[in-house]
Amino acid sequence: MIAQRQMHAGEASALTMSALAALLEQRTGQRIAANRAWRIDTALKPIATERGMASIDALVAEVRGGGNAALADQIVDALLNQETSFFRDAGAIETAAEAIATVATGRPRIWCAGCSTGQEPLSLSMALTEREVEHELIATDVSGHAINRARAGRYSQFEIQRGLATMRMLRWFDQDGSDWIARPALVRGINFRRSNVVLDTPPGRIFDGVLCRNVLFYLAPDLRPRVLDAIADSLRPGGLLMLGAGETVIGQSDRFAPSKRFRGLYELVAPKPAA
Amino acid sequence: MKSCLVVDDSKVIRKVARHILEGLDFTVSEAGDGQEALDACRSKMPDVILLDWNMPVMSGMDFLRALRTTDAAPRPKVVFCTTENGVAHIRAAIDAGADEYVMKPFDRETLASKLQIVGVA
Ligand SMILES: C[S@@+](CC[C@H](N)C(=O)[O-])C[C@H]1O[C@@H](n2cnc3c(N)ncnc32)[C@H](O)[C@@H]1O
Repeated sequence: MIAQRQMHAGEASALTMSALAALLEQRTGQRIAANRAWRIDTALKPIATERGMASIDALVAEVRGGGNAALADQIVDALLNQETSFFRDAGAIETAAEAIATVATGRPRIWCAGCSTGQEPLSLSMALTEREVEHELIATDVSGHAINRARAGRYSQFEIQRGLATMRMLRWFDQDGSDWIARPALVRGINFRRSNVVLDTPPGRIFDGVLCRNVLFYLAPDLRPRVLDAIADSLRPGGLLMLGAGETVIGQSDRFAPSKRFRGLYELVAPKPAA
Repeated sequence: MKSCLVVDDSKVIRKVARHILEGLDFTVSEAGDGQEALDACRSKMPDVILLDWNMPVMSGMDFLRALRTTDAAPRPKVVFCTTENGVAHIRAAIDAGADEYVMKPFDRETLASKLQIVGVA
C-alpha cells in the first residue's frame, strides 16, 4: 500500500502500477518505492508514444501475463535508476584500486556488480592502469541497454566531464563530435556482461575485489543479505568489498567486517556457513 | 571558507556560477573580463578562478598567461569554463597552466567534481 502511495501514479491506474511494481521486482529485485524521485509517467511515456499507444495502461497491458518480452525489458530498463558518474564519491575508486592491488596475490580479478553505463569499471581500470597494475575486470548489470552503452564506451559531453579529470579525459578518450569515446586500450580489458545479482550465481572464490555500489539500496530489504552472501561466495579469502557511500553490510551480513587497513572497504571474514 | 573569482563577460553565467559556488560554501567575487580579473587578483588572490575563454578587453588565455608569469604564492587553481569544447582548445588551456577544464553547459555536480579534483572543495 505504502509503496503504491509513494509512486507518482499520474494517469496510470492502480492495476497498472501494481503490475509495474511486480514486473520490476521479479526481474531485478528492486522496489519501485525505494526511489522516491521516480516518476513513472516520465519514464514510460516516451515508450508508449514510440509504440503509438495512447496510455501507460495500454503499454503495461501489453506485457501483463508474460507477453512481449522485449517490451517488458524496455519497460524495466526505463524504470531502473542508472545514475552514475566517473570516479563517483571523491577518492573511493582510488582507494579501491590501491586496496585491491595490495591484497591480490597475482593479477587482481575484480567484479563491478551493477556497473550501469560503465563509468565505474572504466574509472577503476584507469586507476589501476595508471598504477601499472594489470588486472581482469568483469562488469555486470541487469540492464541490457546499460551494458550495450558500457561496451560502446561513448559518453556525452555532460557525462564525460562529471567526475573525470581533464588529463584523464585526454589520455583515455577520443573526441567524436560532442561525444567522447573510450580508447580501445581501456575498454578491451573489461568484460561487460548482462547479469542479475539477485538471480544469477557468480563464480565461486575467484575475485580479489567486488564493487557493488548503489545497487543494494534499491533492492527489497529481504534480498540484500542474499546478494551479500553471493558476493561473499565469489570472493577468495581476504577479498574486499566496496559498497556505495550510503550503504552498509551491518545488520545484513556477518561475512564481512569493515577493513581496518582500507577505509570504506569491507573484508571477507567469515567462511561460508556449513549447510 | 575558500574564495573563488568568477571571470565571465556574461552576467547570467556569473550569477549561475555564484549560486552554485555559494551553495558549495565558497565566497565569490566576479570580474567581467581578463583585465578586471588581473586587477582583482592583484588586490586579493583567490583560491580558485573560474575562467571563461572569449571575453572583451582581455581573453581568458591572455589572463591565464599573465597570471602564470606572476609568482603568486600560493598559486591559485584555474578552472577554464567555456563553450570551446574541442581537444585543441582543451590542450592549449592545460598547456597554458589551467588545472581543469569545464565545457559549458555545466551543472552543480560537474562543477563540484572539478573543484574537488583540483583540491579546493
Ligand atoms: C544507481 S546505478 C549505480 C551504478 C554504479 N555502481 C555507481 O555506483 O555509480 C544502479 C545500477 O544497478 C543496476 N541493477 C539494479 N538491479 C540489479 C540487479 N538485480 N542485478 C544487476 N544489476 C542491477 C541498475 O540497472 C543500475 O545500472
